[in-house]
Amino acid sequence: MTTEVFVQSLVSGLTQGCIYALIGLGFTIIFSVTGIINFAQGEFVMLGGMLSFFLAKSAGLSVFPALIISILIAMLIGAVLYLLAIRTARRASVVSLIIITIGAAIFIRGIAGELWGADTVAPPFFTGNGSLSVLGASIHVQALWIIGTTLAVSIVLHLLFSYTVIGKALKASAMNRTAAGLVGVNTKSMSLIAFTVAAALGALGGVVIAPLSLTSYNVGAMLGLKGFVAASIGGFRSHAVTILGGITLGVVEQVTVALNWGPFKSNYKEAIALVVLLLVLLIRSRRLFEEERAS
Amino acid sequence: MRKWFCLLLAMMILAAAIPLAGCSESESEEPYKIGALFAVTGGNAPLGEPEKQLVEMMEEEINANGGINGHPVDVIVYNYESDAAKCATFAEKLINEDKVVAIIGPTGTGDSLAIVDLAMNSQIPLISCAAGISIVTPTETNDKHWVFTTPQVSVMVVQRLYEHLLTKNITKIALLTDTLGFGKDGKTNLNGQKAAYGITVTADQTYGPNDVDMLTQLTLIKNSSPQAVVCWGTSPGPAIVARNMATLGMTNIPLYCSHGIAFQSFITAAGSSGNGVIFPCGKLPIVDYLPDSDPQKALLTKYRDDFNARYGNGTANTFGGHAYDSLNMVVTALKNAVDDTPEKINSSDDTLQAVRAKIRDYVENSINSSGFPETGGFPGTAGVFNMSETDHNGLPKSCLVMVKIVDGKWTPAE
Repeated sequence: MTTEVFVQSLVSGLTQGCIYALIGLGFTIIFSVTGIINFAQGEFVMLGGMLSFFLAKSAGLSVFPALIISILIAMLIGAVLYLLAIRTARRASVVSLIIITIGAAIFIRGIAGELWGADTVAPPFFTGNGSLSVLGASIHVQALWIIGTTLAVSIVLHLLFSYTVIGKALKASAMNRTAAGLVGVNTKSMSLIAFTVAAALGALGGVVIAPLSLTSYNVGAMLGLKGFVAASIGGFRSHAVTILGGITLGVVEQVTVALNWGPFKSNYKEAIALVVLLLVLLIRSRRLFEEERAS
Repeated sequence: MRKWFCLLLAMMILAAAIPLAGCSESESEEPYKIGALFAVTGGNAPLGEPEKQLVEMMEEEINANGGINGHPVDVIVYNYESDAAKCATFAEKLINEDKVVAIIGPTGTGDSLAIVDLAMNSQIPLISCAAGISIVTPTETNDKHWVFTTPQVSVMVVQRLYEHLLTKNITKIALLTDTLGFGKDGKTNLNGQKAAYGITVTADQTYGPNDVDMLTQLTLIKNSSPQAVVCWGTSPGPAIVARNMATLGMTNIPLYCSHGIAFQSFITAAGSSGNGVIFPCGKLPIVDYLPDSDPQKALLTKYRDDFNARYGNGTANTFGGHAYDSLNMVVTALKNAVDDTPEKINSSDDTLQAVRAKIRDYVENSINSSGFPETGGFPGTAGVFNMSETDHNGLPKSCLVMVKIVDGKWTPAE
């Protein structure tokens, strides 16, 4: 493995990993506040990319207005999903609610397929089609946008959750719904906010990666799965670990490709990454088990 | 008073509805029923959707022109959502409930293989639109007597590509294939055929369907010094590969792809990095360059113009063409070999079975140069077909041409 290949794998892994991180954050926010795993999260990513493309194409909007409007529309859909599908079924078990999100994902995907057809689309790059050379490896300008967006999102979320009242209320709902309710937090509003914020995050991720990865109506399922892995690494609780987990997942996949030796080949990169996930979950559940035993 | 008024209203509505319901059938003429199984949604949607669109267009055209021997035709299309199990369920429905005389499709190879035994046991002709040669290859349990397929089979596409590479003195290639069915099948054939053509593979890499970039794989490939890169997969992979190769400055290494990129969306997605890409394909993308003497030219031009007129500019592609070929074979068989009326077929299972056998026999025995001597075979969008007892695909390697993308347009490659 030459230095060139290794550095390229780190760079590509970081780019790919940031995408997983952004999607994982969406899962984490909703789960921590409502206890639901939102399997429609991947579809928000798809919507972000598809909406930005079609807004740019048919309404002639330039990149950034299209981005803002796509995110706003996705937030609206997220809010509607919560109000119509989740809140109305609030007395149902968590498992039923999770299945409802699966149904919502299928529904959104179906409508997208009807509206926009099955073709792959290529939204325009934010700032053109250039790339930089870093230690012999190539990094596309759009990849810098992806990494930059992930960094910005992490900082904004941290500030939101630590220094604003709403953020603290969200955190409180995440820690203990009943207790939060007792101290005056409107937990129903918190759930709505969680869904809306997660939809925004998903759509933002979708808009920023679509120029590079291209998009179509059915990319949501696979992307959602990878984001789910990132969120699992973060225990569906910690934002920081989710982001780190997503990036690690991306890097592990790419380094596996770069090794090109034995089982560590491009064929098995997804399998290796999932093995990593299994190990993480095993270690984590062991630790939880030991904690319980200790207490 | 209110009660009587409501009753009267209900009766009036009922009286109006009955003749309206009757009007949906065209003059109480029973149609010939043909079944179709397409993956209109799901992973194979880019292939299944144009197949369904073609069939709807063709059915309307046939019925507007008097139908088949004066009888209307009804093509019953089921969307099996790229799911092989659903495909089998719908196949049974078509055979036993809808009682169709033949089935065209399915879209995918795996889905077709899932129903070949059903076709054999039910003794109904199955004319697939999928490219796996295994669909028509006889096995111990199924001699494929009832199964045909109309696309150029994927092993032949690889052979045609290798033939072309040799004319360019390219013998060292790198493979970059996707991990889904089509890409995996391509990788198997690319590796399987290389020895016969004296081709060596310097690097064999894969990518996933949702990968953002293939830069790591391409860097490894670049370091292995191939003369060309062969990329096999469906959208969006090849477009990203083309862009990545431009990013890495691999402009001196030509990129060859599969017929899976024969969509306008590849050209749009790859942009300027798509120029110079070469792929083997049926003649449709370069129909305007064909000499007038080519037996496929008129048919292809009409197919492309009709499809684009109805569904939008640039929408006509080779995949809708496979549905055209399959349906056309069944329709021709009905025209030339079946004089039983639809009423008789729809009312008697014995007649239905006999007609199914007649269609099968016609396709095997007459969709070739003895049935169509002036054109040396049955002209279709994929090529000129010569079906026989031992060849249920009937296409020669020469039906594939090499297409090069120049300035965002398809042109014949030298």
